[in-house]
Amino acid sequence: MAKIHRYERAFLILSAIMLVVFLAALGYAAFGMGLHLPTRAGQIRPEDVARTPPFDRPGVREVEPGRWEAVVVARAWGFNPAEIRVPVGQPVTFRITSVDIIHGFHVDDTRINLMVLPGQVSELEYTFRKPGEHLVICHEYCGAGHHAMAGKVIAE
Amino acid sequence: MSAARANGSIVHDPSGFALPSSQRAAIRWFVYVGFGAMGIAVIHGFAQALNYAGINILTWFPGLQSYYQGLTIHGVFNALVLTFAFTNGFLALTTARGLGRPLHGPLLQASLWTLILGVLLSGWAMFSGRASVLFTFYPPLQAHPAYYLGLALLVVSTWLLSINLFWSLSRWRRENPGQRIPLLAFISVATYAMWDLASLGIAVEVVGLLLPWSLGWLDGADPLLSRTLFWFSGHAIVYFWLLPAYVSWYAFVPRHAGGKIFSDPLTRVVFLLFLALSIPTGFHHQYADPGIPEAMKFTHAILTFGVFYPSLITAFSVIAALEMGGRARGGRGLTGWFFKLPWGDPSLSAQVLAMLVFVLGGITGLINASFNVNQVVHNTAWIPGHFHMTVGTAVALSFMGIAYWLVPWLSSRELRGRRIAVAQSWIYFVGVLVFARGMISGGLEGMPRRTFMVAATYSKPSWELAGVLTAVGGTIMFLSVILFVGVMLATILAGRRRDPGDIPFADTLVGPAVSGWERHFDRFGIWVAVTILLIVIAYAPFLVSYLPPKLWSSGFSIY
Ligand code: HEM
Ligand SMILES: [Cu+2]
Ligand SMILES: [Cu+2]
Repeated sequence: MAKIHRYERAFLILSAIMLVVFLAALGYAAFGMGLHLPTRAGQIRPEDVARTPPFDRPGVREVEPGRWEAVVVARAWGFNPAEIRVPVGQPVTFRITSVDIIHGFHVDDTRINLMVLPGQVSELEYTFRKPGEHLVICHEYCGAGHHAMAGKVIAE
Repeated sequence: MSAARANGSIVHDPSGFALPSSQRAAIRWFVYVGFGAMGIAVIHGFAQALNYAGINILTWFPGLQSYYQGLTIHGVFNALVLTFAFTNGFLALTTARGLGRPLHGPLLQASLWTLILGVLLSGWAMFSGRASVLFTFYPPLQAHPAYYLGLALLVVSTWLLSINLFWSLSRWRRENPGQRIPLLAFISVATYAMWDLASLGIAVEVVGLLLPWSLGWLDGADPLLSRTLFWFSGHAIVYFWLLPAYVSWYAFVPRHAGGKIFSDPLTRVVFLLFLALSIPTGFHHQYADPGIPEAMKFTHAILTFGVFYPSLITAFSVIAALEMGGRARGGRGLTGWFFKLPWGDPSLSAQVLAMLVFVLGGITGLINASFNVNQVVHNTAWIPGHFHMTVGTAVALSFMGIAYWLVPWLSSRELRGRRIAVAQSWIYFVGVLVFARGMISGGLEGMPRRTFMVAATYSKPSWELAGVLTAVGGTIMFLSVILFVGVMLATILAGRRRDPGDIPFADTLVGPAVSGWERHFDRFGIWVAVTILLIVIAYAPFLVSYLPPKLWSSGFSIY
């Protein structure tokens, strides 16, 4: 009896410490090392996408020396552009929205993993460290052609 | 901490009790409807598992229009119908037994028929191909109004049941002024109190936005607001799935094992923590979403780690109860007690194996919850790998284990095929471990979930082994469910008739305090108020900064 209560107390305290340590590590990774999640980055009506900058011109461009922007428009069932060429070693901000339904944007082998919602702008910054080709998959169900919705990111 | 304590019974009157036979019949049908839905759902589950190995058996299914139609049925029938129906029946029984009094008969019938109507409506929409939008129905993919109406009725059925439980509890309180709520009733009612609050998000989404939109009364849908309302309910729902299994792990498994519930007050604390912390965590399903400030996501991450805590307490309490049982049966040493457990009892073997799998389910869940670590696994096959170890095993295999005593009790029959039942639990255990190993490793390599891989325009060599393991494990799980359904049918149709006796609840080592501050545990009003406060803290900043709804999206039915 007495022993079990001692074990209980030790277990409960160690469990709490474990969770706090995990959270501290995550907080440090996010805000200390800059591994951010997407945040609020603007709204856009789906029917206005085609005439609203930057989505009127999907593609990759240098917005200031050494900083890049990759603008992508998702629609059932493809990405525009389907092939995204980005420079190695320089930060690229992905800006994505959808003109119809919800899609996903997962660049394989990276932490670029975004939901793409009509009405919202998804934004994430990432720097490719190595040249190479990555598969891009729409990983949110988007109807009959979902399994055919894919693209490529080529870091060079 | 030396309050006067009552004896360790978890029910009002341990000597016995009789439930009106009409109420017993309603509970029986809840359980049958639930497992019937599961039996149908896993047929397509089998096809889904083979799909990940590139094997297509969809052509065997007459009338099936697409993989996603079947996947919708798999999700709705397992995650909503099985769980709601079984829980309505099981916790109605535990509440009645705990209080030692019958429930409100007509309300119980109303709840059952509402559920059946909901299954028929949503089932018609899904089977006729008018609702291939998956069980998460994110707009602007649009389903037939019957689908939304049917799902709404499923939720209404749980509300009717909870009104019934609260009605019975307040009757009992009037009949027994000043007494502590019996533990078995307390944990059952706490589960529904949590779900009543949690289900408000999905109710507003479906009844206030999606149903009128699908009927053409609203011009558009707001995808982000809908997802937010959905996940307001959608994380808490996993605790509505899980807590009935916890009720069994706390209140019944110790009895199967020959041990006792460790502590009455600690058990109440666990359920109250779940009440308070289950809901303000929904953004952890939206870490990858646009439109939600990162700081708000981190707030929900903190609370998510908080709601892991009562599960850690549960791990301690339940293992302590099992160890007491195993030692009482002659087990020695650090682990010897484990092997002395009565493994020949299928209720015990299924639920202890479910607990073992849940350890892995919990660890993978903590990984999903881990803010930016989630970016590696979000929406990959890792996720179904994770939740087949939680809802798909910790919950579903526990429900099957409970069924091995509950269905005989409800039908006044003896269990038939006990040895097959024990084997069934082991087969499922092996199956899900292989299955989850496949899905999880595939997910880490970027293999997506919710995808008809057979026809996908892309693939990676590293997904091959993952897919094969998924298929092999899924096949084993499917065979196990066939055995379960067989044992159930044999019991119901051909089991020897017998007097059911009482249900197998356990006693506690440390009973409830009859005086002092612990009595405040029983005042649900306070805890509901605390819960609402936490919900406001977690969700008000988003809603205030986001509303009014942006009804910009017209519907698409491109499936
Ligand atoms: C024979 C047993 C089962 C097998 C072989 C199986 C197989 C699968 C597979 C392969 C997937 C992933 C499909 C995809 O993402 O494309 C899946 C999804 C799912 N399963 Fe199961 N499953 C089984 C039992 C269960 C049980 C018992 C439950 C819950 C009680 C369950 C709940 C779900 C849910 C909620 C989904 C997600 C559906 C969605 O993404 O919309 N499954 N199942
Ligand atoms: Cu898609
Ligand atoms: Cu969750």
